[in-house]
Amino acid sequence: MTDIAWIEAAVAGARPKAISALLRYFRDLDIAEEAFQEACLKALALWPQKGPPRDPTAWLIFVGRNAAIDVVRRRSREAELPDEAVLSDLGDAEASLADRLDDAHYRDDILRLLFICCHPDLSATQQIALALRIVSGLTVPQIAHAFLVSEAAMEQRITRAKSRIAKAGVPFETPGPVERSERLAAVATMIYLVFNEGYSAPSVEGARARLCDEAIRLARLLLRLFPAEPEIMGLAALMLLQHSRLEARFDEDGALILLDDQDRALWNGAMIAEGLALIDKAMRHRRPGPYLIQAAIAALHARATRPEETDWQQIDLLYATLEHLQPSPVVTLNRAVAVSKVAGPAAALAMIEPLATPLGNYFHYYGLVGHLLLQLDRPAEARLAFDRAISLARTPAEAAHIRSHLDRLAAEAAPKAIAASAR
Amino acid sequence: MLYAILCYHSEDVVGSWTKEEDDAVMARLAVVHEKLAREGRLGPVARLLPTTAATTLRKDQDPPLVLDGPFAETKEQLLGFYLVEGGSLEEILDTARDLAAANPGGAYEIRPVGVYHPGGGKP
Repeated sequence: MTDIAWIEAAVAGARPKAISALLRYFRDLDIAEEAFQEACLKALALWPQKGPPRDPTAWLIFVGRNAAIDVVRRRSREAELPDEAVLSDLGDAEASLADRLDDAHYRDDILRLLFICCHPDLSATQQIALALRIVSGLTVPQIAHAFLVSEAAMEQRITRAKSRIAKAGVPFETPGPVERSERLAAVATMIYLVFNEGYSAPSVEGARARLCDEAIRLARLLLRLFPAEPEIMGLAALMLLQHSRLEARFDEDGALILLDDQDRALWNGAMIAEGLALIDKAMRHRRPGPYLIQAAIAALHARATRPEETDWQQIDLLYATLEHLQPSPVVTLNRAVAVSKVAGPAAALAMIEPLATPLGNYFHYYGLVGHLLLQLDRPAEARLAFDRAISLARTPAEAAHIRSHLDRLAAEAAPKAIAASAR
Repeated sequence: MLYAILCYHSEDVVGSWTKEEDDAVMARLAVVHEKLAREGRLGPVARLLPTTAATTLRKDQDPPLVLDGPFAETKEQLLGFYLVEGGSLEEILDTARDLAAANPGGAYEIRPVGVYHPGGGKP
């Protein structure tokens, strides 16, 4: 690895801690970002000659802070700061700063930074964009590309989000235990939003799929700071298990491949192992939350080497628990898939028929209704449901998937029609 | 003599590698591994899952206490290890330098092995 590549990796790794510490000093997102930028430029200039510092994160915070103080002072025409040679010669200052920045400090700093990104005044898209820009350090063009909008539009979206936050005021006091757990829950939701933005991408390639990696990285970061939170373990496990199927989820034409039809050899074994390990750890806490239950469901799929080996009974039970904890028509819809395997398609159809009103605009609802009707040998009604699903599809992959069912229906209907006309 | 080469690196940094960067490092390391295997010196090699997957059993009390997370909060974390046969510390240092050239950043701690049971466990 070249010097530059090594420095870039070190800087990227240090970013969340450094920006969040700088935000604590300056209480202003723009100044914190500028300060970090300055520190990165100095790192690129100085590290190749002097060698990397012992603690790159502490170095970046220290240098970034001084650079920003410099700017702030220049703006207010105050006294000059020491020159760069003094600044660069950190010596003891670096060590003492590192001491002061213990993990407890980082913990609330990073949580604050993430929490700011999920301010309730911001739309989901703004939250995701802000987290990717500020915490993950993706560039505006990268984020714009992921959202399929122009760079100017994304720049504007992020600027607006920032000014909203500035108006709302940033919560700088150290949070109490209740506040801390509220912040954790809000941040977990935001991280899962980032993940789903990537997961619903129409293909493996492209900038949006990268969002899944970023979300998993954010969850690991959070988990290192809060190692004993079972729901954060559950969130990380859920995302790892879902993301482990990435290579198996699409065919060459970009059409979605359902779980049952996926080549399980393409699933990522390391991600599955990590997900399962996290679930094991979280289960010991004996207070499963929604993320952990969803992860446990994903784990039952991951553990089955063939679709027939899936423990649908257990999946049905887990969905029942989830329905109880977090009642929602979508959860019931998912449970109906397990019910169809355990008790048959008629029972599943009866279960979801009342959901036609709340899920009337939901692609997956009509997809499942169509499937169940097909299993019940009611092709005419199945075709109607599939037609409805296609009209609600959000991606070409979703539409293509349903179209393949319609094509199969048409192919099966054709010989019957010929037979009928011959008669 | 058998040596353990314990691999320490900042998890923040290794975790921010893209898949391509990670694959490139592993491919460079594989070249060194092959050389060691040809020389008949390569023992078990392990890359550990992130420390977020770690659990610690504190056994300085009875009953022992189970804690989530790695044993120590450190700036650089134990991310993997090698067992390598070597005639001398100098030889092992050369091996570690080869590995370092393939995967710079962080540190290798070289520890002679006292007791070694290959064991029969199948991962």
